[in-house]
Amino acid sequence: MLNIAVAHRFGPFALDAAFDSAGGLTALFGRSGAGKTTLINAIAGLLRPDRARIVVDGAVLTDTERGIFVPARRRRIGYVFQEGRLFPHLTVRQNLLYGRWFAPPGDRKTGASGEIDDVIELLGVGGLLARRPANLSGGEKQRVAIGRALLARPRLLVMDEPLAALDEARKTEILPYIERLRDRAGVPIVYVSHQVGEVTRLATTMVVLDAGRVAAVGPTAQIMGRIDLFPLTGRAEAGAILATRVAGHDAAFGLTTLRAAAGDLRVPRLDLPVGAALRVRIRARDVMIALSPPEGLSALNVLPGTVVEIAAGDGAIVEMRLDCAGEALVARLTRRSVETLGLEPGRPVYAVIKSIAFDHHAFAGAPPAPGADAETRQG
Amino acid sequence: MTTFLSFSPEELTAIRLSMRVAFWAMLGSLPVGVGVALLLSRGRFWGRSLLNAFVHLPLVMPPVVTGYVLLLLFGRRGPLGELLEKSLGIVLAFRWTGAALAGAVMGFPLMVRSIRLSIDSVDRRLEAAAGTLGANALWVFATVTLPLILPGILAGMILSFARALGEFGATITFVSNIPGETETLPLAIYTLTQIPGRDLATLRLTLVAVAISLAALFASEVMIERAARRALGL
Repeated sequence: MLNIAVAHRFGPFALDAAFDSAGGLTALFGRSGAGKTTLINAIAGLLRPDRARIVVDGAVLTDTERGIFVPARRRRIGYVFQEGRLFPHLTVRQNLLYGRWFAPPGDRKTGASGEIDDVIELLGVGGLLARRPANLSGGEKQRVAIGRALLARPRLLVMDEPLAALDEARKTEILPYIERLRDRAGVPIVYVSHQVGEVTRLATTMVVLDAGRVAAVGPTAQIMGRIDLFPLTGRAEAGAILATRVAGHDAAFGLTTLRAAAGDLRVPRLDLPVGAALRVRIRARDVMIALSPPEGLSALNVLPGTVVEIAAGDGAIVEMRLDCAGEALVARLTRRSVETLGLEPGRPVYAVIKSIAFDHHAFAGAPPAPGADAETRQG
Repeated sequence: MTTFLSFSPEELTAIRLSMRVAFWAMLGSLPVGVGVALLLSRGRFWGRSLLNAFVHLPLVMPPVVTGYVLLLLFGRRGPLGELLEKSLGIVLAFRWTGAALAGAVMGFPLMVRSIRLSIDSVDRRLEAAAGTLGANALWVFATVTLPLILPGILAGMILSFARALGEFGATITFVSNIPGETETLPLAIYTLTQIPGRDLATLRLTLVAVAISLAALFASEVMIERAARRALGL
């Protein structure tokens, strides 16, 4: 449980942001310069804000009104820095164990060595223990940095664009580890990023920052389905998120059927067991709109729904939000098409999505239960 | 050849004394050197540049002047000398300890410079990272800063040792040239050059001085190299 309110000013930049989060992975999303790093530095105690109240799991870490400022080393907030910041003179093992000297003793039932083994296994760093940071790849360094933060038994993990310094291949390698961390470690995470792909894949809650202010807070699917936020979430990559489960595989055609509340989606074969939960991002630009159930069309996915909202404007491109059995879907059309089809709020339509629109960026392991709760509660 | 390399007892005394003086000069100035280097590198206080200038004074002043100032301060009647003798029973004037002090003072700027440069180059973000993992300032220094600046400390120690070993002007001014007490290698060589017919002995001690200096330099190179590699994790 996070309750964050920070106001800070240096030079021409003013940060005035507040948000609450129920746990899971909270993404601070925004352009560079939006105040994301300043905000987590204030949370971690690396920055003393002008005015702030920061409460993590009931512990008041900063309250300028009451003159409370817990120093960084007593906050028990694990910080994963963009550049890793591993200690170069220590081995991977020594790096991992650094914070344990100062960590509070753990539960009796989970032995200390058991916990270390768990983290090593979770992050797949078992083969690196004897090595020095200088001999690690960027992805390996970040996994060790995450393990080091985790083994200090933090009450909260903050990650400052941990993938920004990595190339695409390394990112793809490390993302599943962060998903496992979110789902299994039981530590809430605040994750800073300006990459829509990362955020939609990882976040249970999204905080959209714009020029030092919070533009929106909410469950990721809800935020990504808001067309008014498209200028901030990025038009090209913007897309709604559907929570789905694997319903079956079609071996003959190499397809997998995903079941969402909105309907079934057929996508290129996924190597997942039936029943596995999966998040799918459907980019607005991949969605076509039809007035009647289309026939003689190659696209395999047709979801019935209703137009809820059409963004105002006189540009060539128009964004709209659909309601498909309670789930939000967004679409980008030319204004001309909107006029030709006579689209307006309340109008029943069919969203058509090509199966090949689902590339590997579109999928992510489903968030844990708390996130799902939040979505049904607020969404 | 055997006669050339057989040292007289006086010469052996001078060599041993030199090593002892240089060793204690180095060791004694080490904690102060680290402290002052930290202060100069990290401290933000009024008079920092003044302290910096003061530390560097022995480097630019004639050694005789430094020796005379030491004599004024630490002589038996000097304010600090009197205080030390009364409170701790330590006498520096005309003792080998005084020679060590002279060597320490002359080597101090070199030691501080070397350590300070290494502190300046430490990535402070690593220290911040250690802080977020729960380490307090002292632990951060002991487990992160110190290992990273070790090459600089070693280099500073060697420089200080070498400077103390070669110290002449300040030593002879402060503690005079007493065989067996303050007559270090350079002073012994100087004495020998003043006596006709001792050319061979002079040459012998000169070679010893060269050998010790070379060995110190070589050892320092190896140690610094090793420490630097460890600090970088190579």
